[in-house]
Amino acid sequence: MKYYSGSRVLKNLKFILLHIFLIFTSIVASFPIVWLISTSLKPDTQIFTFPPTLIPRPIRWDNYSRMISYLPFFRFMWNTVYITVLGLIGNVISSSMAAYAFARLEWKFRDTLFAILLGTIMLPPQVTMIPVYIIFSKIGWVNTLRPLWVPAFFGNAFYIFLLRQFFLTVPRDLEEAAKIDGCSFLRIYWQILLPVIKPALATIAIFSFISHWNNFLGPLIYINDVDKMPISLGLRLFQQSYGGEWSLMMAASTLATIPIIVVFFLFQKQFIEGIVMTGMKG
Amino acid sequence: MSHQVRGRLKRAEQRAALGFISPWLVGFLMFTIGPIIASIYLSFTNYDALTAPKFIGLDNYKVMFFKDPSVWKSLSNTFYMLIGIPISLAISLILALALNHDIRGIRTYRTLLYLPSIVPTVANSILWLWILQPQFGLLNSTLAMLHIRGPMWLGDPAWAKPALILMSLWGVGPNIIIYLAGLKNIPSEFYDAAIVDGAVGWNLFRHITFPLLTPTIFYTLVVGVINTLQTFTQAFIMTGGGPVESTYFYMLHLYNNAFAFFKMGYASALAWFLCIIIAIFTYLQFKVASYWVYY
Repeated sequence: MKYYSGSRVLKNLKFILLHIFLIFTSIVASFPIVWLISTSLKPDTQIFTFPPTLIPRPIRWDNYSRMISYLPFFRFMWNTVYITVLGLIGNVISSSMAAYAFARLEWKFRDTLFAILLGTIMLPPQVTMIPVYIIFSKIGWVNTLRPLWVPAFFGNAFYIFLLRQFFLTVPRDLEEAAKIDGCSFLRIYWQILLPVIKPALATIAIFSFISHWNNFLGPLIYINDVDKMPISLGLRLFQQSYGGEWSLMMAASTLATIPIIVVFFLFQKQFIEGIVMTGMKG
Repeated sequence: MSHQVRGRLKRAEQRAALGFISPWLVGFLMFTIGPIIASIYLSFTNYDALTAPKFIGLDNYKVMFFKDPSVWKSLSNTFYMLIGIPISLAISLILALALNHDIRGIRTYRTLLYLPSIVPTVANSILWLWILQPQFGLLNSTLAMLHIRGPMWLGDPAWAKPALILMSLWGVGPNIIIYLAGLKNIPSEFYDAAIVDGAVGWNLFRHITFPLLTPTIFYTLVVGVINTLQTFTQAFIMTGGGPVESTYFYMLHLYNNAFAFFKMGYASALAWFLCIIIAIFTYLQFKVASYWVYY
C-alpha cells in the first residue's frame, strides 16, 4: 500500500503516473502475443515489412487452413489432450490418496516416509531421467504415449505435499462423525474429504494440466512417430521442416496457445491462488 | 473400547494407509529410488542402452573434468544465464509494487502482465525467433525506427545469450503474483506506525516493505537459480546450441550425450555433476540468507 503524503495535487499526479506506467508496461507485455496473432493472419509478403505493420491487409484466414494441410495439427492436439487429461486424472487421484494417508491416517513409518517425500521434491529430474528411459525402453513403451501420462498415476511429491497441508486444515468433526457411523476409510476419503478439498484439487489439476500440456523434453525423448507427437513436439517438427513459412508457423503457435489461455480465463482464480499457495510456476 | 477392538481398528487403519499410499510408494521405488541407484551405478560405466553396461570406474568423471571442453563451455554458458535473475526479479518486484493498488482496471493490468507467461514454451520460442530475426524481425525493425542498428541477436555469439535473457523477461508473471501475495502479507500496522513517525515513500519501502519481503524474494531467488541452471528447451529449439556453442547449455550437453550419442553412462555422470552444482548453489544461498533475509 502506498501512502501519499503532501497535497492533493501531488496525490493525483502520482495516480496518473501510475496509470501511465501500468498502461505502458501492459502494452509491452502483451505485444508478443498481439504480434503472434497478427503475423499468423498476414500474407507472406507482409511478414517482414519495414516499418512493421500490425494489421494485415488482407487478413489471411487461410493461413490456418493451409497450415493444417501441411501437418496433422489436430492429431497433435488430440495426443496432447489425451496425455493431459489422463495425466491430470492420475495426478489428482494418486496424490490425494497419498496425501490423505499422510494427513489423516495413523500408521507406522508415516513420518519417515513423509520426510523422504519432501526430500524427493528437491531432486532435479535429470538424475532419474536416463534410468527411467531405460526402464520404459525395456518394457517396450518407447515411441508410445504411455511414459508421458502413466507416471502421473503414481503420485507427484509436490502435489502430495500440498494436498497433505490442505487436508490438515480440514476440521475433524465430519470424519469423526462418519467413523462413529462406521464409515470405512475409503468412504471417508471419497465422499467426505475430497469434496471439501475441491479448491486445492482444482489447483493441482491446473498445474498438472499446464505441465503436461507444455511438456517438451518428455515427448522429445520418447516419441519418434509423427502421428504420436503432442503439440509441443509437433510444433518443433513444423519449425524444423517449414521454418521459413512464418505465417503458417505463427498460425500453428497461436492455435497451440489458445487452449491454455482459455483454461486460464476460465480458472483464473484457482490459477492465481495456486501460485500464491505453492510458489510454483506450473 | 476393548483392547482387542482397538488393536483390530489400528490394524485396519494400517492396511488402509498402505492401500492409499501404495501408488506413490510403488512409483517412488520404480521411478525415484531405483533410478537414483541405477544412475549412480551407470555413471561408472559405458552404456549405450543396447549392450550391457561396461564398468569403467572413474573414467567418465575423468573425461568430464579434464578431457571434455564442452562441459566447462556449457557450464559457463549456463552460469551466464544467471545474470538474468536479478533483472527479472527486480522487474517482477517493481511491477508487483505498481499492481498493489486498488485503482480502476487493476485486474485488467494484472491479467495483461501475467498473460505472456502462459504461452507454451515451444510456441513462445517460435514467436521469438520471428521477433529476433536480424534483418526484419520486430525487435530490430523497432530499433531501426529509433535509428538504432540492432545486433544479429541469435546469429551473433555475443548477443545470443542476452537475446534469450531478454525473451525470458516476459515470463515474470508468476513472480509478480508471488510478490503481490508477499506484499499483502505485510500488516498495515507497520506502515501506520512508520507514518506516524513521519516516514515517507522511499523510506517506507526501504525500511518496511523490502525487509519484510525478503523471505519471498529469497524463495524466488532460490527457485529461479534452480530453474536457470536447467535451461534447455528455448536453446534446443531456437539455436541448437549455437552460434559457435554460445548457447550450448549444460542440459543440452547432457541431452546430446544421452539421446544423440547414446553415451548413457557419461550422461549419468553429467547429471550427477549438475545435481551437485544445484545443491551447492542452493546451500550457499541458504548460508548467505541470514545476512539479508528477515524472518
